Amino acid sequence: MTPVLELNGASFAYRGHTAPVVEDISFTVETGHSLALVGESGAGKTTLLRLLLGLARATAGTVRFDGDELKPRDREQMRRFRRSVQCVFQDPYSSLDPRRRVGSIVSEPLRSLGIDSRSTAAPKVAEALERVGLPADAAERYPHEFSGGQRQRIAIARATVCDPRVLLADEPVSALDVTTRVKVVDLLNELKQEQRLTLVMVSHDLSVVASLCERTAVLESGRIVEQGETGQVLGSPAHPYTRRLVDSVPRLPA
Amino acid sequence: MNILDVRDLGIRTADGRTLVDGLSLTIAPGERLGLIGESGSGKSLTTLAVLGLLPDGMTATGGVELAGTQIVGASEKQLRGVRGRDAAIVFQEPLTALDPLMRVGRQIAEPLSRRRGLRGAELKRAVVDALEQVRLPEPDRIARAFPHEISGGQRQRVALAMALACDPKLLIADEPTTALDVTVQSDMLDLLDTLVRERDMAVLFVSHDLAVVSKVTDRVVVMKDGRVVEEGDVRTIVREPREEYTKALVASARQLESALDLRNA
Amino acid sequence: MKQSTKRSYTLTFGCALAGLIALLALVSLFWAPYAADDTSGGRLTGPGAGHLLGTDKLGRDLFTQLMTGSRVAFEAGLGSVLIAAVVGVTLGVLAAFAQGWLDDTLSAFLDILIAFPTLLLAMLIVAAHSATLGSAVLAIGLAQSAVVGRLVRILVKRVLAQDYITAARTSGTSWPRIVAGHVLPNIWPTLVVNLALQFGLAVLAEAGLSYLGLGAPPPNASWGRMLQEAQATFTTAPAGALAPGILLVLLVIGVNLIADGLRDTLDPAARRRRA
Repeated sequence: MTPVLELNGASFAYRGHTAPVVEDISFTVETGHSLALVGESGAGKTTLLRLLLGLARATAGTVRFDGDELKPRDREQMRRFRRSVQCVFQDPYSSLDPRRRVGSIVSEPLRSLGIDSRSTAAPKVAEALERVGLPADAAERYPHEFSGGQRQRIAIARATVCDPRVLLADEPVSALDVTTRVKVVDLLNELKQEQRLTLVMVSHDLSVVASLCERTAVLESGRIVEQGETGQVLGSPAHPYTRRLVDSVPRLPA
Repeated sequence: MNILDVRDLGIRTADGRTLVDGLSLTIAPGERLGLIGESGSGKSLTTLAVLGLLPDGMTATGGVELAGTQIVGASEKQLRGVRGRDAAIVFQEPLTALDPLMRVGRQIAEPLSRRRGLRGAELKRAVVDALEQVRLPEPDRIARAFPHEISGGQRQRVALAMALACDPKLLIADEPTTALDVTVQSDMLDLLDTLVRERDMAVLFVSHDLAVVSKVTDRVVVMKDGRVVEEGDVRTIVREPREEYTKALVASARQLESALDLRNA
Repeated sequence: MKQSTKRSYTLTFGCALAGLIALLALVSLFWAPYAADDTSGGRLTGPGAGHLLGTDKLGRDLFTQLMTGSRVAFEAGLGSVLIAAVVGVTLGVLAAFAQGWLDDTLSAFLDILIAFPTLLLAMLIVAAHSATLGSAVLAIGLAQSAVVGRLVRILVKRVLAQDYITAARTSGTSWPRIVAGHVLPNIWPTLVVNLALQFGLAVLAEAGLSYLGLGAPPPNASWGRMLQEAQATFTTAPAGALAPGILLVLLVIGVNLIADGLRDTLDPAARRRRA
């Protein structure tokens, strides 16, 4: 089966800088096998996400979508790509336009991708909001009327309203309180099952990674040092950096 | 006598909303207390009230006795005498806690010269000492650097060095590791533990993370919506939480952690 | 809540002040007590029945001049702000999106324009053209475009760094639609407040230029020229200088109060945060 997303020896360097931010990255995202990209600040997680979202172009190597190289200038391909690959961000305060009603925020992908008009989008928006556990009247309200956890649900509703196959998530729960965090993790797990979503999650939180992703790739200073089944990678880490990462997680007293 | 004695503390905004209500807690000399709560619980406001640092428009009622000084209603001059000497604070975000336009060395030198009256070569040596105590490599280089030129973990160590510079009786740490990477957090918690132990210093450790708090403190106070929900030994609370809210908190933390254990098995 | 009612008083009071003068300006379009060049009233008569505020040294009715002057003030304010808004927003948005040398060039251009005194710009334009209200407005408007442009550049850059812009891009929204649908609505409150302040400054600047003879030529009355003409006879006939001076101050205060009030009423989220 052709992987949905595939990175092949991808590197990215800023113009005028010789040292790449990420270097020689290769992995595949296959349907049903959610992938976690684990690493600390400066590991290149965000750059990798921008490559996967088609917001930045690899300076070496390739990014493939459904087997074809991703070309930001190919409008037809980009439309299919945007419809299939959506994104949830870390900070639910920055990711929702404060001057738009929730209904307009959630329906943006439908309208921008030419799938629906404002009126035909309404039932899909209501459905997406209900799926993430928000009341239907939420559509009429503004983002500032919601808590952090609810805002992240709104962001998830926006990312899932056009039935994408892949959901890229950038530290989707790290800005949330622990009790809220658990609920959003549960929601993402539900969506994985019910909507047949494949998750590609960037995170530094190993417990969240272990809760959501079948596969894990560990990044250190822009390179993948280890990747494989999550249980294998986190359970018996082969690379010293992975081991250090696992050992550093603070644990509750027994 | 307790180093910190908070009795029936209330914090109100200018328009009359109550943010903290009827909060009481005590810390004995050398004791470590954890203050647990989620966003909006009032835990950070409580720490600010302890140092008389509440933002404009907020008022505190009740009593806060810090090393024998009544903080509620104290004059700015009295408060200046208390801060640094009796209690010092480390904040969550080290980048905003340090002056971006001042070299690290000078920022540490300031409390040293003010409190201990050090000057010249003596002061210079004390600054390097302070940086060495928080295990910063190349203390000379760090002293000459500006805050943005060093890493987040190093900045938090500098902030800790500043807080410890005057040997306070109570160290207040408000989510000191939340902004740090997990490996850096682990080192920072170990360092904090060692330094506080060596000095026999009392600690008020504020965090939303039970696991992190349990690494540093023995006793915890759980806060929700400005009130104390539960109080007790950290191990007992994690093992047998009594209140609904604490149960939910522990269950959430356990659920996330159990994901790790399954994979490890 | 208390805060917001206090703010709306500011807005009401500001609107009342500016509105009163706007009314004078509007009425002057259709009617004035005397013709602008009617000197039948005798020179420097004091306030009285025939002439509400008296006459100037040429015998023209002061109140008539005040009315046309207020019209000139509004024309100057609105004209300059319109130029500043169109040119400033365009340049600012371009500069925010530009990268590398283009960003540097545009920013440098805006900085030079800001450093360039309005007076010098006005003199250049007047020298190339002639001393008309249009020249003065053009000079003031261009000078203010630079200020507005630099503000807009920073505001737009700040909005572009927000995740909801990235979210819009990954939703397939085109750049023009992002600017119209996300960027402009989010910079709008700050921009409107700033433009209101610029209006006040433009009125002052026009009075200044007219005072120096670089504004609207006679017989169009302008507060600035009235002040200048009444200066010599201030001790004997103070009304000629006081009246335009007071109106000028009232209009600028009114507009500033409006700006203050707008700052809060335009942003419901900010009002909630303050509460």
